Amino acid sequence: MLAIARQRMLGQSFKKILPAVSVLRSYSSAAKQITVREALNSALDEEMSADPKVFLMGEEVGEYQGAYKITKGLLEKYGPERVLDTPITEAGFTGIGVGAAYYGLKPVVEFMTFNFSMQAIDHIINSAAKSNYMSAGQISVPIVFRGPNGAAAGVGAQHSQCYAAWYASCPGLKVLSPYNSEDARGLLKAAIRDPDPVVFLENELLYGESFPVSDEVLDSSFCLPIGKAKIEREGKDVTITAFSKMVGYALKVSEMLERDGIYAEVINLRSIRPLDRSTINTSVRKTNRLITVEEGFPQHGVGAEICASVVEESFSYLDAPVERIAGADVPMPYAANLERMAVPQVEDIVRAAKRACYRSVPLAATA
Amino acid sequence: MALSRLASSSSSSRSADLLKPLCSAISLRRPISTDTTPITVETSVPFTSHQCDTPSRSVQTNAKELLTFFRDMALMRRMEIAADSLYKAKLIRGFCHLYDGQEAVAVGMEASITKKDCIIAAYRDHCTFVARGGTLLEVFAELMGRQAGCSRGKGGSMHFYKKDSNFYGGHGIVGAQVPLGCGLAFAQKYSKDEAVTFALYGDGAANQGQLFEALNISALWDLPAILVCENNHYGMGTAEWRAAKSPAYYKRGDYAPGLKVDGMDALAVKQACTFAKEHALKNGPIILEMDTYRYHGHSMSDPGSTYRTRDEITGVRQERDPVERIRKLILSHDLATEKELKDIEKEIRKEVDDAIAQAKENPLPESSELFTNVYAKGLGVESFGADRKEVRAVLP
Repeated sequence: MLAIARQRMLGQSFKKILPAVSVLRSYSSAAKQITVREALNSALDEEMSADPKVFLMGEEVGEYQGAYKITKGLLEKYGPERVLDTPITEAGFTGIGVGAAYYGLKPVVEFMTFNFSMQAIDHIINSAAKSNYMSAGQISVPIVFRGPNGAAAGVGAQHSQCYAAWYASCPGLKVLSPYNSEDARGLLKAAIRDPDPVVFLENELLYGESFPVSDEVLDSSFCLPIGKAKIEREGKDVTITAFSKMVGYALKVSEMLERDGIYAEVINLRSIRPLDRSTINTSVRKTNRLITVEEGFPQHGVGAEICASVVEESFSYLDAPVERIAGADVPMPYAANLERMAVPQVEDIVRAAKRACYRSVPLAATA
Repeated sequence: MALSRLASSSSSSRSADLLKPLCSAISLRRPISTDTTPITVETSVPFTSHQCDTPSRSVQTNAKELLTFFRDMALMRRMEIAADSLYKAKLIRGFCHLYDGQEAVAVGMEASITKKDCIIAAYRDHCTFVARGGTLLEVFAELMGRQAGCSRGKGGSMHFYKKDSNFYGGHGIVGAQVPLGCGLAFAQKYSKDEAVTFALYGDGAANQGQLFEALNISALWDLPAILVCENNHYGMGTAEWRAAKSPAYYKRGDYAPGLKVDGMDALAVKQACTFAKEHALKNGPIILEMDTYRYHGHSMSDPGSTYRTRDEITGVRQERDPVERIRKLILSHDLATEKELKDIEKEIRKEVDDAIAQAKENPLPESSELFTNVYAKGLGVESFGADRKEVRAVLP
């Protein structure tokens, strides 16, 4: 397993280290822990059980048990008519999925990574996203496109791109990105139940991470609202927005900043489109400073949209320029040291937060 | 041997004319338009097949069907020509791809199937929409971007839909409709509907990779998908021999069987589609290549004469016109007189003119329609106009 983020206890001076993988939060003494993988698998299972129109499609989702084991056990349970292994032909099978959705079925199409979704992007945008509008409501498309998005570890330029900004710019799509197990369950269930096309951006490195979940989250009726961000941690000095893996980083950053007397409010976006502008702006009006964090390319990214929204809605509340932390403006390199420079690190977010708070920070040496 | 006959009130209930017989009748005929006495007609040419048997050249039909074919195709022809004028008058904007010449495919296909079967097409969709039950008003209003349009003015020429008749559009991206159609077939099989999907595409789209991807999956999963290549021999301005190494489109399915059909012969089309439906329900995908022709250019921006000779176009019109074929058939079988057919055409002209007049009176969509149907479930989120401080809307 790759490095797992460890969560520091709030206000405690000792570290709690478990032999296995992750650390219990102090407030959930008896909570069950499940991995994001288990969360996604159980969500798929429950939704397939509840609605016979839901079916899965993708490469290796059936007999291989899923390239990342997200669909493990589902072929055995639901049979080959509902869990379909496809050939390596994204344009073809995505079109078939969208056509099935036109007829009224509820496909969940897996892209082995969203990098391969580019082969099918015409169907996602032109066949799925726009159909309800072009047909004035006759043809709705209740489809989910899901799979890992963004950087993994050492997979190089063609396998590391984040597609959140591209898909989120398109009206007619909904774009969700979970962070923890609760997000994964609630948002995937919401996506499958939603009558519109949903792009569901997971993260490969989070699949194996465990998070505590309450009984409510484990219930089969559990569902999260689409379009609502979650305030993972309240604060008063600076707002940090993030999604997916970066939420974990932002939480770590908030603990580090607290030692310096800066209390950061961490917003887990959950929904990239619709974007919860209300929660973001309310937070910035409270803290007066904003750091946006994302893994993807910086230009025209998610942070750019958040920054614009805040400048438009809450300009007079800003005490500092909005800071964007994003992936480097380069294709993803392979060498470990360069790769490390190409994705945001915790130190980058801390530095930006301190800049926004006008704390002096020595200028980093540029390459 | 003139026989007296009552000119019937047609199925659209026009006033009945009574013809004075020129000589006394031997027997009274049943009204023409409801006469279902079987008539057998040979198709113009035999079918050619790839990896399957050919259907018989002898097609069962009757007076009622032939009259319906005539009426429907004449209506489509008139409609498309009227659209040409409206486009030149700038009442239709953007793209307008006309189907005149190809009517037999739409009409023959519809005669062989039910509304449970699905049809999906590309952008040359006006006549296919009408064949599926769309009205002239819905067509002209949509072309002119008005509220009474089939997509309430929000789609335009390339985006006609009629879900209640299982007509799924209306697609602007060449080739995309083929995997979508295979998806419809998948859903029909999944739902155990015992119905098929016809996915229409042109000779230009026939080279699209996604078509072969979808055909591969359809064959692996035994989907009831019928891929119909409307081969009008030109992909926009490029003749088929310049675009396809193998223009034998009915053979291009390789492992999938195929049939080559005279697409200007509505009865041949009907026969082929009946055959294909039976095949697809039992054995999975099949390709039908309809040898057809469009009189207009690719779209209204294309004169259609820079890459083809006027002689070629006139030649097809004289030798193979689908409406004329049926007219000749009706006359040679004494199913109606020339005058009766001309009267039908006059009625059609009036119908088309009335629909256009009605469409012209119809209003443009309300401004609020800019923001409707973005989502099926808008969740109350905000959407924005060009100036987001000025124009915002909540999506229902």
